[in-house]
Amino acid sequence: MSDCSAIRVSGLGKQYVLGGAESGNESFREMLTGALSAPFRRLKRLQGEGADGDSFWALKEVNFQIKPGEVVGIIGRNGAGKSTLLKILSRITDPTEGRIEMRGRVSSLLEVGTGFHPELTGRENIFLNGAILGMSRREILDKFDAIVEFAEVEKFLDTPVKRYSSGMYVRLAFAVAAHLEPEILVVDEVLAVGDAAFQKKCLGKMQDVGREGRTVLFVSHNMGMIRSLCSRCILLSSGSVELDGDVGEVVEAYFSSGIETEEGEVQWEGDQAPGGKEICLRGIRLLDAHGNAQSIFDAAAVMDVEIAYEVFEPLRGMRLNLQFVTQDGVVAFTTTDHHQTGETTLLPGRYVAKCRIPENLLNQGGYMIRVHAGIPGVRVLIEGREYLRAQVVGSGAGGSFYKEKWAGVVAPKLVWSMKKKGGVHCEGF
Amino acid sequence: MATKDSSGADTLQEVYFGHEHLTVIEPAKGWRALNFRELWAYRELFLVLVQRDIKVRYKQTVLGVVWAVLQPVLTMLIFTVIFGGLAKIPSDGYPYAIFVFAALLPWTFFANAVSASSISLVNSANMVSKVYFPRVIIPLAAIGGGLIDLMISTVVLFALMLWYGVGWSAHLLLAPALLLAVVFIALGVGVLLSALTVAYRDFRFVVPFLIQIWMYATPVVYPASLVPEKWQWLVYLNPMAGVIEAFRSAFLGRPFDLPSIGISLLVGIILFVWAVAYFERVERRFADII
Repeated sequence: MSDCSAIRVSGLGKQYVLGGAESGNESFREMLTGALSAPFRRLKRLQGEGADGDSFWALKEVNFQIKPGEVVGIIGRNGAGKSTLLKILSRITDPTEGRIEMRGRVSSLLEVGTGFHPELTGRENIFLNGAILGMSRREILDKFDAIVEFAEVEKFLDTPVKRYSSGMYVRLAFAVAAHLEPEILVVDEVLAVGDAAFQKKCLGKMQDVGREGRTVLFVSHNMGMIRSLCSRCILLSSGSVELDGDVGEVVEAYFSSGIETEEGEVQWEGDQAPGGKEICLRGIRLLDAHGNAQSIFDAAAVMDVEIAYEVFEPLRGMRLNLQFVTQDGVVAFTTTDHHQTGETTLLPGRYVAKCRIPENLLNQGGYMIRVHAGIPGVRVLIEGREYLRAQVVGSGAGGSFYKEKWAGVVAPKLVWSMKKKGGVHCEGF
Repeated sequence: MATKDSSGADTLQEVYFGHEHLTVIEPAKGWRALNFRELWAYRELFLVLVQRDIKVRYKQTVLGVVWAVLQPVLTMLIFTVIFGGLAKIPSDGYPYAIFVFAALLPWTFFANAVSASSISLVNSANMVSKVYFPRVIIPLAAIGGGLIDLMISTVVLFALMLWYGVGWSAHLLLAPALLLAVVFIALGVGVLLSALTVAYRDFRFVVPFLIQIWMYATPVVYPASLVPEKWQWLVYLNPMAGVIEAFRSAFLGRPFDLPSIGISLLVGIILFVWAVAYFERVERRFADII
């Protein structure tokens, strides 16, 4: 490399073939019949029929350079090509065209705890996971104490990890990853794990990594995290770079370009829906007092958040969480349906949950609406993402006589009282 | 995908994990050779995976490592009763029990290695789709888990040799080399089947049958001498046939039949080279299809 960039991506493209012989999901029988029919298909292709229609480019003509020590966020909607880019950078899958040059040791964290074996103890898993992430035995030994301390699992080092609580498991997994010392770190949305306190610790660790002059590529749906960690941001859209620049500008552009975040309504059908085999989201709507889907609300009026989801398998103890997140990425509040539903078992079918946000609670400004579902302490069912955006405007009556915005993530109208005590000479209470 | 080392780093560790290492990612086309240097750089991962398999093997079993003794001994007893006792299959003049055990020892290792190896990549789908490392390490490491069993069975075989008072000869010195040959053949078959299983899950059902049929095609429960002279070369095209017969020679003190070992080893080497080449060719598609 003639210049001094840490990562140089030029003309990168990745093509996936849908269906057809190259999808790989074929059975042996299909391979045999495919082998028989291949000459005919080749003949058709020569005659210019079909063939090209069933492939698509997940990435096309992607170019960017990253200087050593830069912390860069990569954002984009589902299907924009973020995961594909990350997979190519991590050398998990090959590009179809183009070239990437990376200088220095590269570590990628697409997941924490890759290869953890439930039967092995915490100690054994540290060595296993470290080796998988490319650490040498020497290195792991050197950092062993730091890892254990970070994970806060000293007492359970010789317990099989299958007996760990989910929190301990995640802490241990992240601790190993956090002690990698690469020049280039590629991170997928792995920080969205553990409890709030631990997330904060992880975030701090990530900031340290940035400060130490390492190059970090960071994919997330959490704009608050992107804002606080990154200086530069790349917005991907339909497989190519749409915008590359200052983090504030790019995040703002991401929000304002959104179709799904502006309508006050988002719906999913088929496989596109967020979720998994057990449950998936079908739609989220923001409704005003008249029941109309809206994205602009009066602070002095109620807002209903309607979450439609489909359950495929009986689910016990599922908890649906709703979060309002400010533009700066601060969680204004979290609310859950768990108070009402408790430990009930949901049978397969479609459900609609509705949460009423009372009047005079939200502050003026933009909120992102994040939805997340999971069985507490067991597993995540629907990944927490910001699916919609609401703009809250003040009409002058919301907590103030003046049309002014108060400081704070919320501006609740609370009960105040005032009593006159004593005479003219006020001598305290 | 190609990896170049631009620096003048001394150690491989430095080349592959060093701070000045230049990684170049490009589309790769066609056949490519196995990158032995990279494989060597990742040897620690290999060792850790083997260690994992050995540690996990008998976790939460009551009898633990006793299974490593029970499995071959029970199989030997059944075979001795059915094939030696009822079917009266000849055993070249040796007690049937020790005759069949000397062959079961390498065969059990081979069968377990092949079945563990062929399913290993699919079972490690999570690792394959999240982290980069030379993929061939997975099926290679899967074979290691059976080595402990093999050692324990060897002790059992020695006990049988003492009991029957046969076989203590200089031929025993060749046993380690023959063991290497079995490992080698198992690697070839395992690597090939693991790659095929990723693409065609049919092989999950094919492999158990394959192993069963293969056992009857190999002189395990019968001596190779049972096959008519002019067809013997055909038997030895099966790489396990020559090795198993040689195992018997080593442990029972019979003379070795060098041509048959030669044919089998040659087939084994060809199989191995082809399997690794095939693996390397399809390796980069694994993450997309697993």
